[in-house]
Amino acid sequence: MLAKWTAFKNSWFLYRFLRDPVAVSCTVVLFVMVAAAFLAPVIAPHDVYDASNTDILDARTAPMWLEDGSSNFILGTDQQGRDLLSAMLYGMRTSIIIGLGATILQCVIGVVLGLTAGYAGGKTDAFLMRMADVQLSFSTLMVAIIISVLVDVLLGRHALALREQMAVPILVLVIGLAEWPQVARTVRASVLGEKKKEYVEAARVIGLPPLRIMFKHIMPNTLSPVLVIATVQVAGAIMSEAALSFLGLGMPVTRPSLGSLIKTGFEYIFSGAWWITAFPGITLVVLILVINLLGDWLRDFLNPKLYKKG
Amino acid sequence: MSALVEIKNVEKRFDISGGFLDQLKLESGRIVRRRTVVNAVNGVTLSIAQGETLAVVGESGCGKSTLARAVIGLHAPTAGEVWFDGQRTDNLSPKAMRPFRKRMQMVFQDPYASLNPRLTVRSILEEPVHMHFPELSPAQVSERVAEVMCQVGLDPAWAGNYPHEFSGGQRQRVSIARALTVDPEFIVADEPISALDVSIQAQILNLLMDAQEQRGLTYLFISHDLGVVRHISTRVAVMYLGSLCELTDADTLFDRPLHPYTQALLSAIPRLGADPAKRVRLIGEIPSPINLPPGCVFHGRCKHAEERCRVEVPVVIEAEPGHMVACHGVQEGRI
Repeated sequence: MLAKWTAFKNSWFLYRFLRDPVAVSCTVVLFVMVAAAFLAPVIAPHDVYDASNTDILDARTAPMWLEDGSSNFILGTDQQGRDLLSAMLYGMRTSIIIGLGATILQCVIGVVLGLTAGYAGGKTDAFLMRMADVQLSFSTLMVAIIISVLVDVLLGRHALALREQMAVPILVLVIGLAEWPQVARTVRASVLGEKKKEYVEAARVIGLPPLRIMFKHIMPNTLSPVLVIATVQVAGAIMSEAALSFLGLGMPVTRPSLGSLIKTGFEYIFSGAWWITAFPGITLVVLILVINLLGDWLRDFLNPKLYKKG
Repeated sequence: MSALVEIKNVEKRFDISGGFLDQLKLESGRIVRRRTVVNAVNGVTLSIAQGETLAVVGESGCGKSTLARAVIGLHAPTAGEVWFDGQRTDNLSPKAMRPFRKRMQMVFQDPYASLNPRLTVRSILEEPVHMHFPELSPAQVSERVAEVMCQVGLDPAWAGNYPHEFSGGQRQRVSIARALTVDPEFIVADEPISALDVSIQAQILNLLMDAQEQRGLTYLFISHDLGVVRHISTRVAVMYLGSLCELTDADTLFDRPLHPYTQALLSAIPRLGADPAKRVRLIGEIPSPINLPPGCVFHGRCKHAEERCRVEVPVVIEAEPGHMVACHGVQEGRI
């Protein structure tokens, strides 16, 4: 353990990382945001999941530094009278969970199908890749809407009640299923390159079964592009969740997410309550920006042809 | 001299025409389906005796590596048969092939591509042992691996390192060790030294010869380096454009080559003080293996070629005892 830590401390990765101010500041911002989101029940001034805490008479209170603001609500309240700062903290937690969950799901599906397509080749490859093509030719959001409608139909008459409870897993499933082709295509392309190398032939000469060759020998050599895509996809999944919530297919009103806050606030933007949309919107933009910048940094770090000075 | 490996009339063709739509061509107003096929190996028959080193030489693209891969079972031959120790192996299922995997192994050309960069040398070397000797305990496996590492000149203390931490010659030692861990009888070495420094080549060559002596190995040695071949091999097979030209023991081949291609090949070895005017110069290029020439594959560049060479494919004949050659000229006694 200590040896690993020393190795990490002396690694080229950490050296390059510490010399890139953008990467360091993005990590700090991301860390603060994630910590704040997961500590929401502790640090948030109000519990937004408890409806007895909210008073509809407080609805649309302005942020505290404005004329009709209240010191009780730092960033004001939304249309239900919930404290906006608390709602944003809880909402960020939901958004991050959905973003990570959906990315993990799409990476698992994408890696398995991409490996299978690339290694098996022939008809399997053609079938899986045409399926991916068909899905890629629709926009992600449309596929997600179709899948969430299908989920509704499957749930039948319990749809409404179950949707409320299962909103997070359903969104993870919907976004994960809608986004796998990108990962699968990337993995397949790397597998096609790796498969021709002699170490794969050596594994075949040893007589290893195909599954073992695929997962033990080829997969570790195809994962670095997946890592880079994954960071970008986390941001993408958070945006998809926001978009689905904005369309009313995401999180229920009682459980705020960044997307659903932006959506509900949007209706009040012209009646003067701009803060309901603006603050969650800024938070979302910052969150996605830092994740994307970190993904870009990782891509540059893993690409030996893109050496930068510093 | 009993044959350990027999290659009977092996052919290998690769279809490079792509998908169905790529195969459609417009010819004189009609759509026809055309396939493009590379004839990598055309009917090669060889047998490798127990304990000998059979070298296969030829220029790039003559099908020697494809032949090696067909023998080891990486490519299924398009036609023909491969026999190992009296059993046919080219049509076996992966499961039925497994016992043979233990008995035949391969050493690859490029020591930078043949070792998985994400695995330590220990896991690279232990994997085949775990696979083929599941009854061994982990301690016995690492003992066996350490023993093989010592034999190929690697310090077992380096086993925890990754391949990129080794030099080219050391990696090739790892590659040889991987082949030796399962204690095989037969090793296919596909240009095992051509990617190495000249100073390292001799070391690896000696290592291969020592291993042969200690373990009684049989080698199929693919190379394009004639000096190396003369040094290591018992018998030599010369290939040109996927066909076998000449096959005989090493000394006879280098002293009295019969086939015109072999003569040209041997005269191309640079020698100090040799008369450059006496060199046999070949004119023209190797024909494409996609459209093989009719008749003898060498007739376009052979100065002895006659009408018969242009139409009739020569068969391999035994010109002298143990000296096989495929040439009409030799058969007719005019060369």
